Amino acid sequence: MKSVQKALLGRKIGMTQLFAEDGRAVPVTVISAGPCVVVQRKTADREGYDALQLGYEEISKDRRLNSPRAGHFRRAGEKVKKEIPPCRHLAEFRFADCEAYQIGDRIGVDVFEVGERVDVVGTSKGKGFAGVQKRHGAHGGPASHGSMSHRRPASGGATDAARVFKGTKKPGHMGNARTTVKRLRVHMVDEEKALLAVEGAVPGPNGALLVVWRPTGSSAPAPQAEEGK
Amino acid sequence: MLAMKEIENAQLRKDSPEFGPGDLVRVTVRVVEGGRERLQPFEGVVIARGGTKLKETFTVRRVTHGVGVERTFLLHSPRVEEIKVLRRGRVRRAKLYYLRGRVGRAARIKEDRRA
Repeated sequence: MKSVQKALLGRKIGMTQLFAEDGRAVPVTVISAGPCVVVQRKTADREGYDALQLGYEEISKDRRLNSPRAGHFRRAGEKVKKEIPPCRHLAEFRFADCEAYQIGDRIGVDVFEVGERVDVVGTSKGKGFAGVQKRHGAHGGPASHGSMSHRRPASGGATDAARVFKGTKKPGHMGNARTTVKRLRVHMVDEEKALLAVEGAVPGPNGALLVVWRPTGSSAPAPQAEEGK
Repeated sequence: MLAMKEIENAQLRKDSPEFGPGDLVRVTVRVVEGGRERLQPFEGVVIARGGTKLKETFTVRRVTHGVGVERTFLLHSPRVEEIKVLRRGRVRRAKLYYLRGRVGRAARIKEDRRA
């Protein structure tokens, strides 16, 4: 059985360790995820593609919201005769089975279970204008014996090409880019506190906005075809 | 940040005895071997304690067949079944790394008979 695709927005809380059932100490990242509310369901007929729009982090009503934004949430609510709170963040997910969700549905961490594999998307920490050693893992030159090529980028390429090829590793801006870490194991799901713990590191500083999701729907091996008779 | 503390504190064990460097201890460890779990004792002198909170560790040293063996345990690990203090040692420093260079009589530790 193929389980539904699912996604949540959340914030990175920080890293710690958890003891697994077998006593191993596992490094985990704790994420405060959801609850997210389905604000809009885009369809191929209307918008040209199927997608689910999720809202995260409710804003209290008296907060100033520009009127197109406010109207977006109000109309979504009217459509399903439910109150849909304005949210600070909106994100769209192009799921194949958007019909599995209704506008106004609240999605919480309970959609994930321990042992499941998830992808986490975030913005990596900005490193500024980084040299070739930090940015590309170059080795660097000799430290002494008259060498002045300590952290220099070495050769830019052959001289008979008379140009530098595209994609040549050079210093430049590093980090602060959308980064995905795939197939992280879920180690803890705390419904009450809306917390998730996934094994390993996750992009961005503590407090960073993240997307936790299972884009393919299922991380379990594909079901075996039944033997035909 | 509060949530982090809660997660960490919930895993802390409160059943470990008070012990420190110089003490002779017997640590009973759960070992999983080929799907079977059994208890394995490890007896030796505590030569260091490190870390804080959930990441607190202690290092036990023993000499078997003339070979020094040191094992570092996570104090709060569920794999540590029991820690038993067999003898209190009187030492004047926190890390007993100097024991590594000593064998036999030179590696003795005076017993602390206070309290």
